[in-house]
Amino acid sequence: MIPPAFDYAAPTSLSDALALLSQNPEAKVLAGGHSLIPALKFRMASPALLVDINKVAGLAYLREAGGWLAIGAMTREADLDRSALVREKYPLLADTARMIADPLVRNLATIGGNLAHADPANDHPATMLAYRAEVTAQGPAGARTIPIADFFTGPFTTSLAANEILTEIRLPARRAGDGGCYLKIERKVGDYATAAVAVQINVNAAGVCTSAGLALTNLGLTAIRCAAAEAALVGQPLDEAAIKAAAQRAAQAAEPVSDYRGSEAYKRSLVTTLTVRALRTALERARR
Amino acid sequence: MSTHHIKLTLNGETKEADVPARLLLVHLIREVFNLTGTHIGCDTTSCGACTVILNGRPVKACTVLAVQADGAAVQTVEGLAQGGQLHPIQEGFHQCHGLQCGFCTPGMLLTSAAFLAEHPNPSDDEIRWAISGNLCRCTGYMNIVKAVQYAAEKMRAASAQPAAAD
Ligand SMILES: Cc1cc2nc3c(=O)[nH]c(=O)nc-3n(C[C@H](O)[C@H](O)[C@H](O)COP(=O)(O)OP(=O)(O)OC[C@H]3O[C@@H](n4cnc5c(N)ncnc54)[C@H](O)[C@@H]3O)c2cc1C
Ligand code: FES
Ligand code: FES
Repeated sequence: MIPPAFDYAAPTSLSDALALLSQNPEAKVLAGGHSLIPALKFRMASPALLVDINKVAGLAYLREAGGWLAIGAMTREADLDRSALVREKYPLLADTARMIADPLVRNLATIGGNLAHADPANDHPATMLAYRAEVTAQGPAGARTIPIADFFTGPFTTSLAANEILTEIRLPARRAGDGGCYLKIERKVGDYATAAVAVQINVNAAGVCTSAGLALTNLGLTAIRCAAAEAALVGQPLDEAAIKAAAQRAAQAAEPVSDYRGSEAYKRSLVTTLTVRALRTALERARR
Repeated sequence: MSTHHIKLTLNGETKEADVPARLLLVHLIREVFNLTGTHIGCDTTSCGACTVILNGRPVKACTVLAVQADGAAVQTVEGLAQGGQLHPIQEGFHQCHGLQCGFCTPGMLLTSAAFLAEHPNPSDDEIRWAISGNLCRCTGYMNIVKAVQYAAEKMRAASAQPAAAD
């Protein structure tokens, strides 16, 4: 399949990339290309210009600073998966990166592209909602911070302006008692989720849950944050009763539709089961 | 549509071409450089038949633009054998019956070679995980995993040799 005709530019600085976007309203950023190039081949997108940001230096990194884990938008899934820091301290992120697509796709796919694409089937959006992440968008007028809760505005749409580039994603740095887990049911390696659940909790020394983030992938028009399920956990001792109550509320928050991946009822029941399992694992990790 | 002059290393050789922006890397390799060992299977990023090694990492060449390979090092199946000697991974597929029709084989070989370069002593599970983006529709994976283990053993033995000679 041959993509439609487009112009291509590979600027080496962020300011040049931003200028190209501002001068060409029909331009699109090219990151890992693993959502955009398939969309071009299927002729679902026909941008006049691709602004390839792979040659812009300094957009791929992982560093802890100022109470955050900062992740450069061009960081590849494979590099998240390989990072000892991520594996040891950010298990929810590690689980997520490992479940995305397949190893070949992960060598190019970027975390920034995954969020900017805002496919309700993408895995990072739910994870970032559970982490209470924030992102930096760079535009012609400078940088602005967008809390992740304000980022996804609909399927395949975000609060990024057409001339902005997502440059950084920040998660709260790990504190004592933090634990997280991402569980995804897929039909085969490389498939999008039939259902997936992201949880990030904190438990204190007494075993009481002090904070909880819980969100769902591919169970609605965007990733869904389950505020009611979170509320069922915070302030409670994290026992089986609390876990089951939260799982029930998560299933209520899901908005699945029947399709070739499963019926509405099947997906909703997956949410219950996955939430229970993810919370148990997150708790185990929080205690380590 | 813009056209770009690109320069890359293909199997160690410097190559240049003028490419239209929308040309895919797999078409550059097959139709401009005439190396047809890189296959097109699904053309939708699913099967891995088009796998090449781009700057050390296996990727699906049906989902990379040719112009993106400007300045890059690309390796295809044609670059595996050296000086008339099969690469251990090729020998493994030969010895362990790791192929039938051969359509998936170039991708399997390259993914496995890149994996073994970083994991000299893999478990069967790790091999299955590593090749999970490459589909084989006729051999089945048992012999492919055996072939990768064969190559791993051979490569370990070869890298142990100079140490033993000390
Ligand atoms: C076979 C296959 C299976 C997959 N399976 C999964 C899966 O299971 N789970 C999953 O989550 N994803 C999956 N994906 C999608 C993959 O993770 C994509 O790579 C990801 O959705 C987009 O990231 P990218 O870097 O490739 O972005 P691109 O494809 O380059 O860009 C995607 C969109 O985001 C915009 N964009 C990208 N980066 C930025 C930025 N920094 N600032 C502003 N805009 C930007 C682009 O303009 C474009 O509109 C799969 C893809 C394939 C091909
Ligand atoms: S042809 Fe590229 S993945 Fe199938
Ligand atoms: S050998 Fe035929 S598809 Fe793998």
